[in-house]
Amino acid sequence: MEPFRTLTSRAVVLPRSDIDTDQIIPARFLKGTTREGLGRWLFAGWRYDAQGAPRAEFPLNDPLAKGARILIAGPNFGCGSSREHAPWALVDHGFRAVISVSIADIFRSNAVKNGLLPVVVDAGSHRALLAQPFGDVTVDLEAREVAAPGVRTRFSIDPFARRCLLDGTDELGFLLAQAPAITAHEHSRRGEGA
Amino acid sequence: MAPSELPARTLFDRIWQEHLVRPETEETPAVVFVDLHLVHEVTSPQAFTMLRERGLRVRRPDLTLATMDHSTPTTPAGPAGEMEITDVECRVQLDALEQNCRDFRIELHPLGTEHQGIVHVIGPELGLTQPGRTIVCGDSHTSTHGAFGAFAFGIGTSEVAHVLATQCLLQRRPRSLEVRVNGRLGPCVTAKDLVLAIIARLGVSGGTGHVLEYSGEAIRSLSMEARMTLCNMSIEAGARAGLIAPDDTTFEYLHGRPRAPRGRAWDAALERWRALRTEPGARFDASVEIDASALEPTITFGTNPGMSAPVSGRVPDPEREREPAARRALEAALRYMGLRPGQPLQGHPIDVVFIGSCTNGRLSDLRAAASVLQGRKVAPGVRVLVVPGSRQVKRAAEDEGLHRLFLEAGAEWREPGCSMCIGMNGDQVPPGRSAVSTSNRNFEGRQGPGARTFLASPLTAAAAAVTGALADPRMLVDAGLQRSA
Repeated sequence: MEPFRTLTSRAVVLPRSDIDTDQIIPARFLKGTTREGLGRWLFAGWRYDAQGAPRAEFPLNDPLAKGARILIAGPNFGCGSSREHAPWALVDHGFRAVISVSIADIFRSNAVKNGLLPVVVDAGSHRALLAQPFGDVTVDLEAREVAAPGVRTRFSIDPFARRCLLDGTDELGFLLAQAPAITAHEHSRRGEGA
Repeated sequence: MAPSELPARTLFDRIWQEHLVRPETEETPAVVFVDLHLVHEVTSPQAFTMLRERGLRVRRPDLTLATMDHSTPTTPAGPAGEMEITDVECRVQLDALEQNCRDFRIELHPLGTEHQGIVHVIGPELGLTQPGRTIVCGDSHTSTHGAFGAFAFGIGTSEVAHVLATQCLLQRRPRSLEVRVNGRLGPCVTAKDLVLAIIARLGVSGGTGHVLEYSGEAIRSLSMEARMTLCNMSIEAGARAGLIAPDDTTFEYLHGRPRAPRGRAWDAALERWRALRTEPGARFDASVEIDASALEPTITFGTNPGMSAPVSGRVPDPEREREPAARRALEAALRYMGLRPGQPLQGHPIDVVFIGSCTNGRLSDLRAAASVLQGRKVAPGVRVLVVPGSRQVKRAAEDEGLHRLFLEAGAEWREPGCSMCIGMNGDQVPPGRSAVSTSNRNFEGRQGPGARTFLASPLTAAAAAVTGALADPRMLVDAGLQRSA
């Protein structure tokens, strides 16, 4: 996983609230057995018409969206299904950070495992960011700060998730190192079905 | 230590503490032990790849159970019970699960076998879903198992790999929210109507970061299958999980199930399970109260499960929504659904009815639908799919003759699976068509590109099937049934 320290990029704005993971990647694209190549189908239902042609009015199809690595979305981004295909598709498309005023639990957990930084900001900063489609935004994970013209705000993130993102490591190494404690737990609960 | 020296604990506190391998600190989340890991074909292949890449084995195959449900066909089987898989991608995914289960020695219930079915239907059916357990699956509707007083939640594929490799997960302790449901549900008002009302009350993100504990008179009087319907949709309020303290209803359901404890082990388990409850004086981080007796048969009209109304009511008017973002969301939803502000819901024409899913695909759900369809015909031009949640549900329904009743009414009787809830197997609602569905999500395109979904109970779905429009089941169910409901 590529370490995440600081990122300055143009941002794509999707102001809708409650963007669910079925919109991020519809279920018909979950039939694969690998993680690769899902970016093509990111927001497929909104991005393409019934014939598969790009819809000009969808922000991701705007020429200005090319190369954007930050997504700014309405409240409760990533609700619904637990599919990790959602962050896989966002990362495959090129996104490295999602900014909102609230992000759904499972999506947030899946995002950090794939080097995609979930950034939850206050309502005022969120409003200001939503008003700047295709503007430049800087996300500094070290300083836990988001900056854009007229916006400078701190965000909170779980210290462990932050460490993993900064180092580009995943959580499995930490869990595997717990083996002795896991074994002890298994012994202590014998007879209780565990 | 005397009880008075310990703070009173909620049911969740207790399960959490009993599964801590390592408590959380400022720097690191808690390491939580998983008692049961359920696996299916869609969210697991990449997890097994992660294991292979690192040369890891499955730590506890004995606590892992796999089945096939999401991408399986539900078209009626051939004379020898054979199932034809025409979708090549689906076949590859199903083959991968078989290979992975063989390589890592995981118990698999493949297509066409005795205990195959939707993962959240077969866990309880087998008696593996037990009070006090921690249960996870790469599927957000894992919250279903909370009906037994288990802490059960959906995880992503990386976490599936974590559990396969270590039988543990890294978790921050969620907050707790009590949903107290007073009074009793009225005739034709079911657990589905209740959970839709709860989601409308909390909002689709109102439960974020929380475990919901359902309590109160209305909950105590629900059957296990109804409790599963309720806990199943906890995730639709954004909650991590839903929980109901186990009681005699729970124990009766579990007794004699294939994987439930037997003999002295049963007695010991029962003693442990009876202690699993929120202690008097325990504090929740938040709580809400709902009056069950005020609820009516409820249906969604929008594009998330929080947008619902009594089926006897009208489509809300976005103009009356003060908050601009909420107004825009409602306008977009009504445009997608093809509804006009203020129009009555009843009488709105529909094209498809889907009865099934991990929310409402159990025997009692099929019986409810059958009670409406009995002696009636599906309205002309309406397609009705009845998809049992598991092979066991299918068999039990057929033993009662429900399949004949559905077929005579003009419905399709299918093989078990997730089917039209997610539409991965080709069971889809055509673009622009309206479906009344007993499933859990009415998101745009969920049941197929351009599909319009109205979520409702099996009774309300069956009422729509026979009238060809959104309908109040109370208008169809005779007085005799109302008394027994």
